[in-house]
Amino acid sequence: MRRLPLAATVVVLASTVTGCGFLGIGGDDPGDIQVYSARHYDLEEAFVEYEEQTGQSVDFIYGDDAELLERLKAEGDDTPADIYMTVDAGNLWNAARQGELTPLESPVLDEAIPDSYKDPQDRWFGLALRARTIAYNPDNVDPSEFDTEDTYADLADPRWKGRLCMRDETEAYTQSLVASLIDLYGRDRTLEIVSGWVANDVDIMSNDILLIEAVDSGACDVALVNHYYYARELDEHPNLDVKLFWASQDGAGTHVNISGAGVVKSSDAPKKAQQLIEWLASEGQHDFVDGNHEYPVNPAVEPEPLIADFGDFTAMPIDPEAYGRLNAEATDLLAEADYR
Amino acid sequence: VTQPAVLEVGTGRSPRGRRGGAGRPSWSIFVVLVAALVATPVVAVVLDGLLAADEVTVPRGLGGMVVTTLGLMVGVGVGTLVIGGGLAWLVTAYRFPLRDVLVWLLVLPLAMPAYILGFVFLSTFDVSGPVQDALRSVFGRDVWVPDVRSLPGAVLVMSLSLFPYVYLMARAALVEQSAATYDAARTLGAGRGRAFWHVVLPLARPSLAAGLALVMMETLTDFATVQYFGVKTVSVGVYLVWKASFDFHSATQLSVLVLLFAVAVLAGERALRGRARYTQRGGRGQGMPSRRLTGWRGWAATALCLLALAAGFVVPVVRLLVWAVGDALSDPASFLDPRFGEYLANSLAVAAIAATGCVLVSLMMGHALRLGGGRVVGAGAQLTTFGYAVPGAVVGIGVLLAFAALDRALEGLGVPGGTGLLVTGSVAGILYAYLVRFLAPAYQAVDASFAKVSPSMTLSALSLGAGPGRILRRVHLPLVRPGVAVALVLVTIDAIKELPIVLLLRPFGFTTVAVWVYQLANENFWQKAALPALVIVAAAVVPVFFLFRQVRAADAVRSGG
Repeated sequence: MRRLPLAATVVVLASTVTGCGFLGIGGDDPGDIQVYSARHYDLEEAFVEYEEQTGQSVDFIYGDDAELLERLKAEGDDTPADIYMTVDAGNLWNAARQGELTPLESPVLDEAIPDSYKDPQDRWFGLALRARTIAYNPDNVDPSEFDTEDTYADLADPRWKGRLCMRDETEAYTQSLVASLIDLYGRDRTLEIVSGWVANDVDIMSNDILLIEAVDSGACDVALVNHYYYARELDEHPNLDVKLFWASQDGAGTHVNISGAGVVKSSDAPKKAQQLIEWLASEGQHDFVDGNHEYPVNPAVEPEPLIADFGDFTAMPIDPEAYGRLNAEATDLLAEADYR
Repeated sequence: VTQPAVLEVGTGRSPRGRRGGAGRPSWSIFVVLVAALVATPVVAVVLDGLLAADEVTVPRGLGGMVVTTLGLMVGVGVGTLVIGGGLAWLVTAYRFPLRDVLVWLLVLPLAMPAYILGFVFLSTFDVSGPVQDALRSVFGRDVWVPDVRSLPGAVLVMSLSLFPYVYLMARAALVEQSAATYDAARTLGAGRGRAFWHVVLPLARPSLAAGLALVMMETLTDFATVQYFGVKTVSVGVYLVWKASFDFHSATQLSVLVLLFAVAVLAGERALRGRARYTQRGGRGQGMPSRRLTGWRGWAATALCLLALAAGFVVPVVRLLVWAVGDALSDPASFLDPRFGEYLANSLAVAAIAATGCVLVSLMMGHALRLGGGRVVGAGAQLTTFGYAVPGAVVGIGVLLAFAALDRALEGLGVPGGTGLLVTGSVAGILYAYLVRFLAPAYQAVDASFAKVSPSMTLSALSLGAGPGRILRRVHLPLVRPGVAVALVLVTIDAIKELPIVLLLRPFGFTTVAVWVYQLANENFWQKAALPALVIVAAAVVPVFFLFRQVRAADAVRSGG
């Protein structure tokens, strides 16, 4: 049994190195505000900036949104969380529906965030905006080939056969796009559309960067991607052979979704939490969205230069309830259309 | 030092010696308590689902998911059995060039998590990867290539990353077999092949079954790899229903289906082990004599081992290294997170505690079983292996629910504050969930070693007046040391790689290397994720090296004896 002492040595060493912090004995000094977040990018930078400006320290735990919500519910009144933050309108709607978020009365937020990007009962607030639209290879596609009214639906047309790449059906991006199409066209028409994509031999991939690389290499002509992944790739490889096309500009608009946050019902620092959300929606918008090339929700804030170059576009209105409620139906529809 | 081999073939239903005996009450109660502790989170999840549900929604394509799951499990089972079992036989029964090094190098793929191997595989061979790019530039863009993002692709990748489980168990079994048994078969006129099929293989069957069961359970609980490959297993189905419907309760009903699969795996393992138990007199064996392969046969054997090693370990490590170096060159400032040391210390400390705990508990359970105690104790011990077949996220939520109930109960009894934030305010919840998840690999390994200790040994010690504690320390522990070493390594590596449990239960300020990789990979910063991914691999290699020492020591004994 020479190995058990070895294991014990590792434990003792680690305890010494971390000052027992890892056992929660010494513990980190908890910050003024604790955030449960499904969003990770640039959160740290934004929170450091916030602490410099206000002296309020912010700690966050990053995880899967659905799992963090279950944790929040199980912890109940004991929860250390003050803010719940997710990257999807459906999840925000669900957290509010389950009674985990508290309504805020805030003139700052009322002014900063358009009604379409927040809860009608003020329990959650959108903070960053992303679009899911067309990336195409200009060598193989002339942008005039796209239907400008129903761009997503038109990809089911046989002229796109063998030219499409899309994201897998387990991804929330795919589900929320299809949910918004169900909201727009109804279930039957949407099933026809998705079945049309499948009939066009759509190549399915498990992340957006792969999609963009596939368009760049000419393996696909057209892909549906989040605009910020394209921006990120363009930032790294300025010679990228990929262009962005704003979908459905003469119709319902391009599909968008929000990252947002709300104050947790059993927070012990609701005022401080509210101030942080207010800051993120106003002075902190640049710190929150620019690093990830997202669009600010606050109309008074300019998008960062790289994505400003993509030009203005009309966004499809977000109906969070529909995104939330129809998500299960979207998954079912994707399975029925044999999208995989 | 060859002793006459006496093979005891247990018959009927009393495989473990004094099973019929009353056992020692305190040891029996221990097993039952452990079983209850391990079952609690799973029971909590199932109850939560059943109580809250008003209707059961069956997701579309459920039948397809069941077929896919079966296909994947059979595929990976056959794959790991052929690769792992075949290689174990090769390195044990033969000597060939580099064999002494390869015998332990072949454990290395264990350090490569399937989700990392899967990503590297896809980024190399999928539509936008360099291989298909090259093919297109040579043969034009309509060149036909097999679909790599598919069930066969997933089977290949998972077999390559999981085969060491079978390899380790099979090799331990082959080494522990006493040469005398094999010699006896040969003396009685059996040829090498016949002795293998009729003596060696049946004797190794319990260990092969144990290794295979671990592989099956890993396959069943995998989320990440199967999603990369678009393979929709029932576990992914449950997760999808949960995420898509925003309703955990509706998913828990379906998770019962995953539990059924888990039960099937365990039942399969029992069936594969068979009713007979084989023990050998003459203590731990010194294995079969190995034969030298000469000429091209020898080099072919070397090539086979190298191929498995390259595909499962070397090539992905090189690719990760290339990415890491690329990242270091393009972005030297943010190359290494300053908190790197802290993340690593967290990973190692939690893994070491979990491994030590799981192995101690397994050892005591194996010991308790040996002392008797009847069917309840046997069933209890079986039950503890169940947690490994339950996905980490489900165990994590089960732990949350169980502690929430405990908290309410304590408050109901008038304890102010109840348990407070015990579960997510410290690493207690993580360690508990690790015990639930990883008791199985520890127990399988220890139990496989116990299975080869003759009951008469325990009985002799008892009749000579030794107490249970003394027997554990002086008789059982020395005899099952190979199993203990394997168990420590398996749990340590599993714990370092584990993600969903840590993600869900960690307290503020607690990050492990696996969480770090996840944060980067989730946002497709694969270049940046390459370095931490390599760190996970490196951290998992360390315990593998301790295993090497033991494998080599065993080898030395063989060649010396």
